[in-house]
Order: sequence, then C-alpha cells, then structure tokens
Amino acid sequence: MNGSWETNVVAGSLFATMAAYALFAGADFGGGIWDMLAGRTETGEKVRAAIDRSVTPVWEGNQVWIVLGFVLVWTAYPGAFAAVMTALFVPLSLSLLGIVLRGVGFGFRHETAHPGTTQLAGVLFAASSFIAPFFLGDVVGAVVTGRVRPELHGDVAGAWLAPAALLTGVLFVAACAYIGGVYLVGDSHRRGETDMVRYFSRRAITAGVVTGILAAANMVVLGFEARYVFHRLLTVALPLVLVSVIAGAAALVLIVRNRTRLLRIAGALAVAAVVAAWGLAQYPYLLPGTLTLQTGSAPTTSLQAELVVLIMAAVLVVPSFAYLYWLQQHGRLSVTEPSDELKRAVATQDTQTGATTAPAAPRGHPVVVTALIGAAVVELAREAAGWIRRRR
Amino acid sequence: MVIGAPMVLPLVEAGTAAIPARSQMGASLGFHIVFACFGIAFPTVLLIAHWIGLRHGDAVALLLARRWSKVMAVIFAVGAVSGTVLSYELGLLWPTLMGTYGPAYGIPFSVEGIWFFVEAIFTAIYLYGWRHLPPWLHWWTGVPLVISGILGAFSVVAANSWMNQPSGFTMADGKITHVDPWKVLFNPATPYEVPHMILAAYMVTGFLVAGVYATGLLRGRRDRYHRLGFTISFATAAIAAPIQVVFGDSVARAIASQQPAKFAAMEYVDRTDRGVTEWLGGIYYQGHVYFGVGIPKFDSILVGYSPHTKIIGWDSIPAQDRPPLPDLIHLSFDLMVGIGVALVLLSAWQGWWWKFHRRIPMTRWFLIPAMLSGLAAIAAMESGWIVTEVGRQPWVVYKLLRTSDAVTTSGGVPYTLTAILLIYAVLTAVVIFVPLLMSRRWRQQEAPDGDSQGPEEPVPPTSKEPVG
Repeated sequence: MNGSWETNVVAGSLFATMAAYALFAGADFGGGIWDMLAGRTETGEKVRAAIDRSVTPVWEGNQVWIVLGFVLVWTAYPGAFAAVMTALFVPLSLSLLGIVLRGVGFGFRHETAHPGTTQLAGVLFAASSFIAPFFLGDVVGAVVTGRVRPELHGDVAGAWLAPAALLTGVLFVAACAYIGGVYLVGDSHRRGETDMVRYFSRRAITAGVVTGILAAANMVVLGFEARYVFHRLLTVALPLVLVSVIAGAAALVLIVRNRTRLLRIAGALAVAAVVAAWGLAQYPYLLPGTLTLQTGSAPTTSLQAELVVLIMAAVLVVPSFAYLYWLQQHGRLSVTEPSDELKRAVATQDTQTGATTAPAAPRGHPVVVTALIGAAVVELAREAAGWIRRRR
Repeated sequence: MVIGAPMVLPLVEAGTAAIPARSQMGASLGFHIVFACFGIAFPTVLLIAHWIGLRHGDAVALLLARRWSKVMAVIFAVGAVSGTVLSYELGLLWPTLMGTYGPAYGIPFSVEGIWFFVEAIFTAIYLYGWRHLPPWLHWWTGVPLVISGILGAFSVVAANSWMNQPSGFTMADGKITHVDPWKVLFNPATPYEVPHMILAAYMVTGFLVAGVYATGLLRGRRDRYHRLGFTISFATAAIAAPIQVVFGDSVARAIASQQPAKFAAMEYVDRTDRGVTEWLGGIYYQGHVYFGVGIPKFDSILVGYSPHTKIIGWDSIPAQDRPPLPDLIHLSFDLMVGIGVALVLLSAWQGWWWKFHRRIPMTRWFLIPAMLSGLAAIAAMESGWIVTEVGRQPWVVYKLLRTSDAVTTSGGVPYTLTAILLIYAVLTAVVIFVPLLMSRRWRQQEAPDGDSQGPEEPVPPTSKEPVG
C-alpha cells in the first residue's frame, strides 16, 4: 500500500515543491494583496513602492515552482492528475486566469506610460493576487475531502463548492497575506525604513491571527468532510501541526520584539510545516479513499527519470535561486536607468559618425567567422540527415 | 487574434467533440511559440551587442543591449505566462493523454521545467543587474539564458516529436509499464524537429528585430544606433536562414518515411506511385490539382534522388486515418518553403553588399522586404506548425491515441476558449504597443537637453566598475 521508495521520494519532493511555491510565490501574492489594500494615500504609494522593490526581481522565478509541480504530477501520478484536472476544471481554470492576469498586470505595470493604464495594470496585479491563491486553495481542499475520484466523468461542482474547499481557499489567501507581510517586515528592516516596518508589522500580525483562526475553523470543517485526513492530522501528523502552531505564534512574538531575521524563519516554518502536515496526513493516498501512491504511480523507470530531474534541479536551480535571492537581499538587483555617461557617449558617437555617411569600420573577421560557423553547422546538419537516412 | 486564427481553421472537419479543445490548444500554442522564439534566440542577439559594447567600449552597442534587455523581459513575462497556460491546458483539455501517456510524454516536460527555471532566474539577474554587477560578470549572467533557451527548446520540441514518433515505452492493458527515458527524449523525430525549431527561432527573432530597425532606417533615422541594431539582428537571422533551408529539405525526407500520411497531404500525393509530380501551390479537388504548377517526377527525385522513388499516397491509408484538410497542409507547407527561400535570397543580398561595401543597402528595394522579413518568418513558422500538427491528425499520439479520445469530458471548454481568445487578443495588442511606447520614450530621452558639461571621452569599461 505504501509504494516503492522512488515514489515516496518523488511524492516528498512534490510536497517540497508545493511548499516552495507557497513560501515564494505565496509571498508575492501576499505582496499583491497588501498592494491592493494600501489605499490611494501618500503612504499607500510608499507601500506600493516598497512592495514593488521586494517582488519585482524575484516573482518570475517564484512562479516557476508551480510548473515544476505540474510536470512532477503528470509524469509520476498521471491517473491522479487526469482525475483532478477533469473534476476540478472550473477552479483550476480560474486559478490559471488569476496567474495570467497577475503576470500580465505586473509585467506591464512598469512599462506603461499613462497613469490610467498603470493603474489598470496595478488593479489586475492586485485583484488576481486574491483569485489565484483562493482557487488553488480550493483545489487542495477539494482533493483533501476525497470527492475527486479516479473514475469520475466531467467536472464535479460538488467537490470544489464543498465548504472545506471554499474555506481552504480563504485560508490560502490569508496565509499568503501573512507570509508576504512577514517578508515585507524583513525587507523594510533591511532597507532601514522604520515606518514601513511598523506598517507591515501591524498587518502581518493581523493576517497571522486571521490565518490562525481560519486554520482552526478549517480543522473543524475537515472533521466533518475529510475524515481520513482529519484523523491523521490529529495523530501521525500532529507533531507537524504543533510545529506550525508554535512557529506561527513565535513569529507574532518576534514581530512585536522586532527580531526580523528569526521572524522570516519562523513565518516560513509555520507555512512549510502545514504543507508537510497535509502531505503526511494524506499518505499514502493521492486521492484520499480511492487512489494510493502504489496504484497511482507511474512505472519505476519513469519515477527514476523524475529523480534525475530532481537532482538536476538541486544542482542547477537551487544554487541559481540562492544566487538570485542573495543578490536581491544585498540590494544588487533593481531597475536602473542608463547612466549619463552612456547617453552622452551615444550622443557624441552619433555626431562624430554623422547621419547617413561613414559606414562602420569593417572588422573583416565577422565574415570569416560567419563562414566558418556556417560551414560547421551545415556539416553537422548533413551528418544528422545522413544519420536519419541510415536509421530508415 | 492574428496569430491564433490560422490554427483554428483546421478544426472544421475534425470530430466535433474535440473542436473547442483543439481550437484552444491551437490558439495557445500559436501564440506562445512566437514568444518562445524570443526566449530561445533573443539572448544570443542581445549578448552579441553587449559583447561588442564591452569589448570595444562601444556605448551605442551597450545602449542597444540595455534596451533590448528591457524588451526581452517583457516578452519573457508573456512567454512565461503563456507557457504556464499550456502546462495547465495539457491536463485541462487532454486528461486522457496525460493520464495514459504521462509517464513517458511527461519526461521531456520535466526536463524543460529545469530550463524554464534557469531562464526565469537569470532573466531577472541580467535585467536588474545593470549598473549593479561588474561588467563582465553581468555579461556572463546572460550566458545561462542562451543555454537554457536551446536546451529548453530541445525538451519541449522533443515532447512534440514524441507525439509524432512515440517510442521508448512498453504498454500492457492500456497502461505504460516500462519507460526508457533516453529513447523518449531522443525519439526518431527529435533529430530533425529540434534543430528545425531552434533555427526557426533564430530566424524569427533576428528578422523581427531587424525589421524594427529597418523601419527606422526607412524613416531616415540612419544613425549608428539604428545601423548597428539592424546589423547584429539581421546577421544572426541571415546565418540561420540558409542552414534552415538546407536542413528543412532533409526534414521533409524524414517525414516521407516516418509519416507517409502527413507527407501525402503535404505534397498532394493521392495515389501510391513512382515518378510522383511535385505540386507548387494549387487546390486539390476530386483527383485534380487546380491552379498549381506541377513539376513531373520532381517529388520522387526530392524524396529519393531518383525519379523512380515510390511515394505512398493517401489511397493506401484508411480514410479514418487520413489527416483532414490536405489543402491547408499543402499550402501551409508551400508557404513555409517559399518564405524560407525568399529570406535566404534577402540574406544573400545583404551578405553580398556587406562583402563589397561594408554597409547596409540603403535602398527601399532592400529595406521594405527587410522590414517585413520578421512577419514573414513568423508566418513561415506558424505554417510549419500547422503542417506538423494538422498533418498528425487524427492522432494526438501517432497511431496510438486519437485526438477525439483524448479530450476532456468537462463541459467548460467553450468558456475557457472564449477567455483565452480574448486575453491573447489583448495581449498581442499590448505586446506590440508597449515596445512602441518604450522606443518613443527613449527617443524623447535622447533629444538634446542642453547638457552644459559637453562631450566626454567614453570611459573604456576595463575597470571593475559597473557600466550600462
């Protein structure tokens, strides 16, 4: 019933990926939520600028975690993937809408010139920061209730409209606001903006308390709607639940005490422990009650291929991601304008070379290099063609 | 919806249940692929400019690189979003495809996930690293983009070529029981589909960027900034174009042997025969080709270097296994080849002129086609994808799974289709509009602002000081 070690490792990595998505992209969604709630005042604009500086260099990388999650699920657990994508067509499509609008709104916000379009892009970015986490939470909640089953046909409104699903959606929004707020406290502290530290501290505490209440309420609802997961949350996964509760409470204390470095760790731990608790509570089911890891896994060779991909991720992605965050945390990534020297140099070059005459000095070798590269590639292409012909 | 529209057409004759889903997939792919091209090839063009800028202390080249990086970031954002849409759609629209073949078909996508990650991370580092990082370190942070672009293209196109030539797995009772990941990645269609697409990406990107500067040159903005912008991008595409045409010839031969049904539609081969006529253009109707130019026996010569080569026609293929709309497939194929050859001629013109005059031919006869070359390259690439995708029908996994059997049972597709068409129509407009706004803003910035300090020597960036 428990499946091979390969499938357990892949499943564990899948939950780690989801935790990473929650911790990184979730915090960006949280930024969008605080952006929306900041209001049109002078402080509001300052808040938006602070959020913008924190989120801009990293959000694109953060969003890729969900794609990694997708490729892991459909390769390793194709049956569960097909069932979820069919039964939860509606909330998944809406979460996708949220992700698309958010990316577009955020991507173009810096590039529009008119205040009106900038505002529209900002509204898209902020509103979709609610939509995406809500419907992703809804999907998770629907799966947890066990209403998504492998033999289902067509989409199942009962699954994603179940109270547990909807409440999990709200919980996700609150958790994003919380973790986003916690990181923004840290970033503001690093930049030495004490008024922003105060601003985000108050909001992070509020969001933390709300998240705690929602989580407790969700537990009660799960007791009615998701017996299997509920039972396991209170037995096997209980230590992880307690870790989350303690870390969450500690984070609130740390905010008040203004200990920002520890604060981030506590906040992240609170969220990550919940994801881990969910994974452990659902074990060994992919779809609670109907599909287990053992029956729902791809053949071992596919799982091994995924393990190789995960090793590649550990070698290539994790260091790159760490480098990105190291640069960002040291204030070495931000939007800059071309320097004045550059603009001046360009202006002088243009006057020196004149408008239409005086072609660029021939360097000679580009043609030679071009020919050499061209010859090499044509030769390679011929080789490939010959190879194809031989295989026939 | 200029880009998605041609992809919707082939669906008219297919099984009705799959029409909305195929329309949505076609529109999404047709849209995404243009941005994917920039993801694959733009970093190379950009780094060439950046390298010239650093190596020769060339401020114009540096400014070009800087501005291109901003455009690249916007295009990458749209490409990333539309790529995420595609990964959702594989499950939302084709649950049976993923549910059955995920253990094999999913592997190339998993590899792509890694390269997508690398691309997203280093795009951010490169874009926001200007004036923060030491110059050459900054240049090197762009190099992972070139590598991840090519390897990412490899993984995704390998997934598509797997759909055309499924291999590397064994099945029992409708379930995959064993997978050979290496044979999935390097299936028989990979060696020609992957390079064909990467070269196409370089052509689309190079010609499109060159087209922008050709427009500027045509309007009389003939300063070094425009000339260099044109030269770097056009040269990149002009190198790729002839290789693509030579290589494409062997692609067609491979398809003739691997997918005879597709090839029969591409070349209007209605009866299996020797000495088959090559048709240029034309419309097929009840055994006759109207308005086409026929070259007797030439198709056989192209396929097997001999007029006696036997080619399989669609009379040998059961009616339910033939691709729909042979006219569309044939005309798309001809359009792709025609544009490819025209772009080679245009590239040769510039190459010839450069050899003797060391400059861009500033005549309208050259600049107007150069201006349109990017749009033509996009049309050629989209046509190529129509040939591949429509030509593979009625199969989604060649000879194993019919498209009509793979489609979702959820009833929501017409709504998501509408939403996708609307959003992508708006996005297309925005993506065209935003760079225009950017360039207008840059031109305003460039206008002399009465700087009293006067011209200074451009500082050669040999020091560790950040530039840009």
